[in-house]
Amino acid sequence: MTDAPTLPNSLRSGPDDRGHFGQFGGRYVAETLMPLILDLERHYRAAQADPAFKAEFDDLLKNYVGRPSPLWLAQRLTDHLGGAKIYLKREDLNHTGAHKINNCIGQILLAKRMGKTKIIAETGAGQHGVATATVAALFGLPCTIFMGAVDVARQQPNVFRMKLLGAEVVAVESGAKTLKDAMNEALRHWVANVHDTFYIIGTVAGPHPYPQLVRDFQSVIGDEARAQILEAEGRLPDMLIAPVGGGSNAIGLFHPFLDDTDVEIVGVEAAGEGLDGKHAASLAGGKPGILHGNKTYLLQDEDGQITEAHSISAGLDYPGIGPEHSWLHDIGRVRYEPVTDAEALASFQKLTKLEGIIPALESAHAIAAAERIAPTLDKDKIIIVNCSGRGDKDIATVADALEVKL
Amino acid sequence: MTRFTTAFAKPHPALVAFITAGDGNTAANLDALVAGGADVIELGMPFTDPMADGPAIQQANLRSLAKGTTTADIFDIAAAFRSRHPETPLVLMGYANPMTIRGGDWFAAECAKAGVDGVICVDVPAEEDPELGPALRAAGVDLIRLATPTTDTARLPAVLNGAGGFLYYVSVAGITGQQQAAQASIDEAVARLKAATNLPVAVGFGVRTPDQAAQIAKVADGVVVGSAFIDIIAEHGDAAAPHVEAFTRSLADAIHGAKEIAA
Repeated sequence: MTDAPTLPNSLRSGPDDRGHFGQFGGRYVAETLMPLILDLERHYRAAQADPAFKAEFDDLLKNYVGRPSPLWLAQRLTDHLGGAKIYLKREDLNHTGAHKINNCIGQILLAKRMGKTKIIAETGAGQHGVATATVAALFGLPCTIFMGAVDVARQQPNVFRMKLLGAEVVAVESGAKTLKDAMNEALRHWVANVHDTFYIIGTVAGPHPYPQLVRDFQSVIGDEARAQILEAEGRLPDMLIAPVGGGSNAIGLFHPFLDDTDVEIVGVEAAGEGLDGKHAASLAGGKPGILHGNKTYLLQDEDGQITEAHSISAGLDYPGIGPEHSWLHDIGRVRYEPVTDAEALASFQKLTKLEGIIPALESAHAIAAAERIAPTLDKDKIIIVNCSGRGDKDIATVADALEVKL
Repeated sequence: MTRFTTAFAKPHPALVAFITAGDGNTAANLDALVAGGADVIELGMPFTDPMADGPAIQQANLRSLAKGTTTADIFDIAAAFRSRHPETPLVLMGYANPMTIRGGDWFAAECAKAGVDGVICVDVPAEEDPELGPALRAAGVDLIRLATPTTDTARLPAVLNGAGGFLYYVSVAGITGQQQAAQASIDEAVARLKAATNLPVAVGFGVRTPDQAAQIAKVADGVVVGSAFIDIIAEHGDAAAPHVEAFTRSLADAIHGAKEIAA
């Protein structure tokens, strides 16, 4: 959780007491869930004020997750691009291989505090499912992961990982059988089991207070990056770049810098086959609407029916985005740029060859944006790119895209 | 007198029947509901992501959308229903996004124009009332609120504030069409709700048979049945109307006579 104080006119003070970031966010849930959401908010407020909660969170991040994650100067990538100096925030080196675990640690501590005895979560590619199953194993709680049947079929290694960790994996057959449908099914299960079940949402979306608490748990990324760059360079960076699906790794990096107006911030949306074709760029190609408990930019038709998202990166394959990102987009504090499947695929290979770091396809989207931007900046400029996860999970997808038979 | 007050002033409890717009021959099925004795009709607005619904209504939503049902089609269905059936209250039930995408004011005006009496929006709780509530009330359309087993006494006044038409008691913490609540818990909940509001209280979720409906009708002002109708439409497709009418009649007989048997 972040320590930096927020000022009255700070961009870091949101959401308001009704869970809104400007017009976005809120608590659009069925009445059955509403009392639980309010209860969760009360417990979260108490946890925030409890030094013991923070101490346990920090201890687990340090000794179980392996934090702080390094801030790596990517010298060969920098030299290759010939512009701004590029640092990578190495979330890929966390236990379970991505930033997702930070949030799962925080939420399972909340579950324990609330006396909940069962854990559920949704997952797309399986990264959040693996992270949730991991903390459930650590705390000895039974865990059910909802995963679209299509994703189950194409992410078998992660399905097996979750099962090894003791989780039950439910293949969701409704709708398009991907992440959005997994989230619907997790909400359906939760509504029938609210008395003993805690829902660990994997990104900065869902009803308030989820977007806030997930952001707070992920802000360790930006807090560390800030201290690390000050130590390495003696100053703040000129730019931050992070990939945005729901947007938890991005908000985690961005949030501690929102009030530093000299730091330019770029979020990278998945443009899939291009904005004219199938994509997952909710800000570039969507409009505000209500889904999964919050108001935010969504891919939808003129009647408000949700349309299918597409990205080569399963972690970005979602037709919405966290409400705080929608707000940061509307007020212009963060610039959101699209990167296509093809660009991400090229950057995946480039980073692997130049730095010996295989990035997640999600992270490769941010690398691609850095490749586009860095050469246009002077060599004394500094960019921090969030390497949000490692790419081992994507090897089969990449091989397939490159028409390599494994 | 609104159509709701007339419907709930009848000397017997009300059958509130739900079907999904655009699933099967909706106009014929609506007529069958009225002919069979339904007192209030809920017309579901299909949505791609019906989070509060079980498999039966999920599939009905998808079948309807696959046939290309639009919001304009739903208002056409509603307006045509109103011209054929001037007295039966009609409720649109659905999710926030299709209802608010063109703004709450637009939706409320269309409801009023089509002769829709009330709206149930599953994912706009009292806390998000500004999204739809003020616009509906200004247009003279009742916003029907949901109370659930998790709605405690402290919270109930907030749920009732701004509520109209009737109060819909969701008798199980869960999704539509699944398990039925224990009768004792329904009796207790209805008594608690009726002590807190003058609105009629209708009970739904998991009610599938005339026997279940009759038990609930002994204490409630209305009984909501949805998934069981959807199953009939799923089975018989465009030829479902006679089956819908027969099932409606069996439910209506059970519900309308429930209090006489009790007395």
